Amino acid sequence: MRALTKYTWTEIKLFLREPIGAFFTLVFPLMMLFLFGTIYGNEPSPLFYGYGTVDVSVPAYTAMIIGTTGIMGLTITISTYRENGILRRLRVTPLRPYIILIAQVAVNFLMTAAGMLLLILAGKLVYDLRFDGNVLNVALAFMLSSLSFFSLGFVLAAVMPNARTAQVVGMVIFYPMLFLSGAGMPLEILPDKVRNISKFLPLTYVVTLLRGLWTGGTWDQHNTEVIVLVTLLAVGVLISAKAFRWE
Amino acid sequence: MSEVVKVEGLSKTYGNTIAVDNISFEIQEGEIFGMVGPNGAGKTTTIECIEGLRQADRGTIRVLGLDPVQDERQIRPLLGVQLQQAQLPGNLKVWEALDLYSSFYEHTLDWQDLIKGLGLVEKRDTAFRKLSGGQQQRLFIALALLNDPQLVFLDELTTGLDPHARHAIWDLVRDVRERGKTVFLTTHYMEEAERLCDRVAILDYGQIVALDTPANLIADLDISERVIFRVHGNWSPDRLANLPRVKSVEKQGDKTIVYARTNVSNNTNPIVTDVVNALTSEGIRFSDLRTEHPNLEDVFLTLTGRQVREERSE
Repeated sequence: MRALTKYTWTEIKLFLREPIGAFFTLVFPLMMLFLFGTIYGNEPSPLFYGYGTVDVSVPAYTAMIIGTTGIMGLTITISTYRENGILRRLRVTPLRPYIILIAQVAVNFLMTAAGMLLLILAGKLVYDLRFDGNVLNVALAFMLSSLSFFSLGFVLAAVMPNARTAQVVGMVIFYPMLFLSGAGMPLEILPDKVRNISKFLPLTYVVTLLRGLWTGGTWDQHNTEVIVLVTLLAVGVLISAKAFRWE
Repeated sequence: MSEVVKVEGLSKTYGNTIAVDNISFEIQEGEIFGMVGPNGAGKTTTIECIEGLRQADRGTIRVLGLDPVQDERQIRPLLGVQLQQAQLPGNLKVWEALDLYSSFYEHTLDWQDLIKGLGLVEKRDTAFRKLSGGQQQRLFIALALLNDPQLVFLDELTTGLDPHARHAIWDLVRDVRERGKTVFLTTHYMEEAERLCDRVAILDYGQIVALDTPANLIADLDISERVIFRVHGNWSPDRLANLPRVKSVEKQGDKTIVYARTNVSNNTNPIVTDVVNALTSEGIRFSDLRTEHPNLEDVFLTLTGRQVREERSE
């Protein structure tokens, strides 16, 4: 237990010392919020069924952070650790491999949650953010989405030959997904053809689930999202457990 | 004394390359056991099989009575390992690394004392990536000793260190032995093996070509002391070659090497006095005179017909 807490705390410090990761998780989403908040304000709009731009952006940007930490941050961290022999050094200690995995999940989860809380705080303070959902439901959906994407990150880290490839593949997967899933910009402003592509992107289901529950929706309206994300999580855990490599 | 490591018929192949070819040896409790040989001789593969990092293709390995792969969980707390290729996260500070790795073990030494002995005290707050190669190496040695292990593996422990740091680390390794621990090290510095190890296994092309104490390995050679000097201009070495205690004389340009006979090493007068007397009586002016005793480097050269390494260590 002491090893787990110490290792997790160390990884939190390392996360915050890595400027790029910390920027995209904690700072960049806020910049997006202020940018579009300044342009469009947060007036209720018929396009968003009576919600404002900021109201629908906070859950969408939360999905963006989940995608960033899962597909980019976690993937790059694990593959770099493997390539540089950091995992090798850990392997010759009594530290159990699952402790490493739990700590990595915990750190990325905490940082993702911190990114979301900053968005909520800024939304509340500056744009009178509207929240009609149930806090527990949104928290659960956030947890499910994060874990699904983290498992995807572990799969990518396991199958990529080196850190450089992991980074490039992560970017190739993440950036189109960011713009086509409704995480970077609302799906409502995208043409129908693009929205058809969105159905094939897992991040879309995170956006719809979080936005739905945020605006007072219920779980039974989001069966598809739950099924997609639970399947992703199960498959991800299975593959990454099988494919995990120390070096 | 009991066996800490027992290896029987260990073999490991990568593709078509035989890295380790049916080797057997034992390491006794409380000794510093060295494995020497050129790069690619199979040292690291051997040490990593014993550490449990690699599965041997054939053969049995027992470390403290356990199988390093099967019994990995029981064995990890008892071993200290310094790997040849490993890193820490670049932004991790020295004290954080020691503090973190201490939390992995039930029983640890005080890392503050360890870094005092390793000269890392003033680097406590320095990030890993800002350390020099030698400082990183010393930190890895500290991590290997942190859990006060029964058996310490040091793979190429002083590679990239300056002579001063190297001697400091030799002292540290001897301290480890003084405390009753066993050390298994690999090195391609013959001097290191000779000065530090109680017993040395010489590895070449995946096989052990010799295994004994450094003194015995050297004594088994049919060579003794040699005297080396320079003479400018023409001169005849015949007089030297006819000296009773001289075996042969070799001229390489300005440089002359006089080999002593092996059975005269315990005489009261060193061979160098005979050589100097002969040269002065003939009025030959010489310079850069020195004597060399046979060493492990010669053992390796004799056994394999090759130099252990191309580059000099310093």
